[in-house]
Amino acid sequence: MFLALIKKEFLLEFRQKSTLGGVMVYLAGTIFVSALCFKGRMDKPTWNALFWVITLFTSVTISGKSFLKEAGGQGLFNYLHYPARHFIIAKIAYNMAFMFVLSLITFFFYALFIKNEVENMSLFFVVLLLASTGLAGILSLMSAISARANGNFAMMSILSFPVVMPLIMVIIRVSKQAVDGIEWAAIGFDFIIILIALNVLTLALSFLLFPYLWRD
Amino acid sequence: MKNWYKILSVILILYTLVWGMLAPVPRLDILNETIRNVFYHVPIWFSMLFMMTVSLFYSIKTLQTNSLLHDSKALDAAIVGFFFSIPGITTGSIWAKYTWGTWWTFQDPKLNGVAISILIYTAYFILRSSVDDEQKRAKISAVYNVFAFVMMNVFIMILPRLTDSLHPGNGGNPAFAKYDMDNGMRMVFYPAVIGWILFSYWIFNVKNRISILKNKLND
Repeated sequence: MFLALIKKEFLLEFRQKSTLGGVMVYLAGTIFVSALCFKGRMDKPTWNALFWVITLFTSVTISGKSFLKEAGGQGLFNYLHYPARHFIIAKIAYNMAFMFVLSLITFFFYALFIKNEVENMSLFFVVLLLASTGLAGILSLMSAISARANGNFAMMSILSFPVVMPLIMVIIRVSKQAVDGIEWAAIGFDFIIILIALNVLTLALSFLLFPYLWRD
Repeated sequence: MKNWYKILSVILILYTLVWGMLAPVPRLDILNETIRNVFYHVPIWFSMLFMMTVSLFYSIKTLQTNSLLHDSKALDAAIVGFFFSIPGITTGSIWAKYTWGTWWTFQDPKLNGVAISILIYTAYFILRSSVDDEQKRAKISAVYNVFAFVMMNVFIMILPRLTDSLHPGNGGNPAFAKYDMDNGMRMVFYPAVIGWILFSYWIFNVKNRISILKNKLND
């Protein structure tokens, strides 16, 4: 049941291809524009900040669409057919996988066109994974809210940017350590623990609150 | 006597307004006499947080019962809390000008935190105004309110304790040790906190009675 839901998400995504194609073009465009604007004159904090701004906008774009599809007859079918909690877990799992892959692609192009500043690679990939989990947890719920409020993309950004900020600030802190190339032994684990705790918190909140949005 | 808390809040606030100006305070570098702002700035933020907690409480009630009455209470508490953040920011900004030398700084996580919290609650009001159906609005905004409250607390309670901050009680310091409050100051500070919290609850009650009357008129 649960796997079927995730499979359904992937099928829908790759059958339509419009979201996927749109995001890829957006990514290529943004990174190319940044490369032209900065022309390689970029220090490490700027590199880090710009990378996460691009990733944030990508994730808001793709997860913003994730509940807009559930309107009308299809939404009614899903409502009758699946329990709410399965549905939100499937959405989060799907969004998380999608975002993780997209952030890897972002990183690839970013390193190619601008430059690769990351010195502690393994830590950076851990940050990417935790970031996509946390973002998926928050943004899936926000997407459900804005879809219920008949919202468009503007509503999605208004709702999600403020609540995503704590997560993004912690992510940028940890990611800065990876960019600076701090060894695993010398890392301040405070922020990694906080990041994991934030992930657990947002996933739990989405899991608890979603059923109230589902019943209508 | 069901109005005892209103009388108590007026007495306590009057006492702290007057005695807060007159009481002897410790002479500290940089802070000097501005330390008296602790009696006004901090209790106002506490009552803002209190109002947001009340709003959270009624949002959870709304989710449990689906009652529009609880929903209007959650909204009113959020509005009152939101308005308390304005004097909170103003007194803080004036204080910052005389002690840190600037009206606003992005170096301090607590300042960023309150700025984002204000954005979060603005988003909450925008969300409410964009849905027409009352039942639906109650449910959606309650869900957002619960989520928003948790995120706000992460921002203003947890993150500042981990990073360097200009505020006392942050950057790993326990909350009040750095205030260097002596017993004389505590005699003003705690009554001020209680007084302002009761006062905010009073405003919330009046506000809620007005919105109930408005709803009756509309029906």
